[in-house]
Amino acid sequence: MPKQMVQILFFVLILSYSSFAQTYQTKETIVEGNISLDVYDFKGFEKLLKLKDDKIHVVNFWATWCVPCVKELPYFDQLNAQYDDVEVLLVSMDFKSSVKKSLIPFIEERKLLSRVILLDDPDENTWIPKIDKNWTGAIPATIIYNKDKSSFYERSFNFEELEKEILKFKN
Amino acid sequence: MKNFILLLSAFVVFNCNAGGYKIGDIATDFSLKNVDDKMVSLADYKDAKGYVVIFTCNHCPFSKAYEDRIIALDKKYKAQGFPVVAINPNNPEVNADDSFDKMKVRAKEKGFTFPYLMDEGQKIYPQYGATKTPHVYILEKTDKGNKVAYIGAIDDNSKSPKDVTKKYVEDAIGSLLKGEQPNVTETVAIGCSIKK
Repeated sequence: MPKQMVQILFFVLILSYSSFAQTYQTKETIVEGNISLDVYDFKGFEKLLKLKDDKIHVVNFWATWCVPCVKELPYFDQLNAQYDDVEVLLVSMDFKSSVKKSLIPFIEERKLLSRVILLDDPDENTWIPKIDKNWTGAIPATIIYNKDKSSFYERSFNFEELEKEILKFKN
Repeated sequence: MKNFILLLSAFVVFNCNAGGYKIGDIATDFSLKNVDDKMVSLADYKDAKGYVVIFTCNHCPFSKAYEDRIIALDKKYKAQGFPVVAINPNNPEVNADDSFDKMKVRAKEKGFTFPYLMDEGQKIYPQYGATKTPHVYILEKTDKGNKVAYIGAIDDNSKSPKDVTKKYVEDAIGSLLKGEQPNVTETVAIGCSIKK
């Protein structure tokens, strides 16, 4: 095989590998005790809003200091536990500087079962409208989606209200 | 009965989302109590060319992160005719940190150079359409009243002032001072939902 061809092949391999690796790329992972927390920028996070599988995905934006958010967290966890076809992702808006001090201890203390990630991307004016054009940026906020459709909610939920929305995604 | 309450709450939620000012609307004046126990209205500022009305509060980390920047805005633009007027829209019964007494404490601690008003009875923020703290409305004084010229965030980096690349509020006031309309009139940022 000519040397040039080998070089090209090698180059293509590297390219395909890096694009594959980027699919679920996190900015970093913060580890504290038994908990490891993935940190995403919007580019990495966006892919978690477009998963084409058979699950109903519930993505909730919250923070440890947000009282109405904390109040509704158990309902999201309950949803995750009760429905096999529902996958809950809790997206924390906590400041990155307080992850070890506040967020990780909170996850341990509340024994959160759903996956928690940190979205750390300062350019909110760019990414908030990409999530939903009507989102004013207030939290709590929630997206429910499956491979066919998606709904956005800038509001709080109780368990019954959440269940009602989930049923709309079950045909 | 339960259905009726559901319907009623749906109506209230819908109403809140639909309300609020758009760019170019005339904003209402108000008479709200300041942390010095005196009432403050926009009309009190005879020489103002406009106002930087900021819905903010004590407890919200995003509001706290912006306190120093809000003081700097007031110091820079009050003399040029655009004073800051801060309003706490939260119901103190939902979060005790946002009580009028705690507002007095915070204003003193931080040395606020601007009025910090209590939206008593939560009558004002729904008219503006504020949904979170901090939430900025820049008003331009015109013959027809105080016209909404900008709605949104203070800048593009709440967490790290040194990494700010776009100063939305400063840019908007800069345009208004030149007699022009702002290039960017609406922005969004993460904030704490207003506590009803």
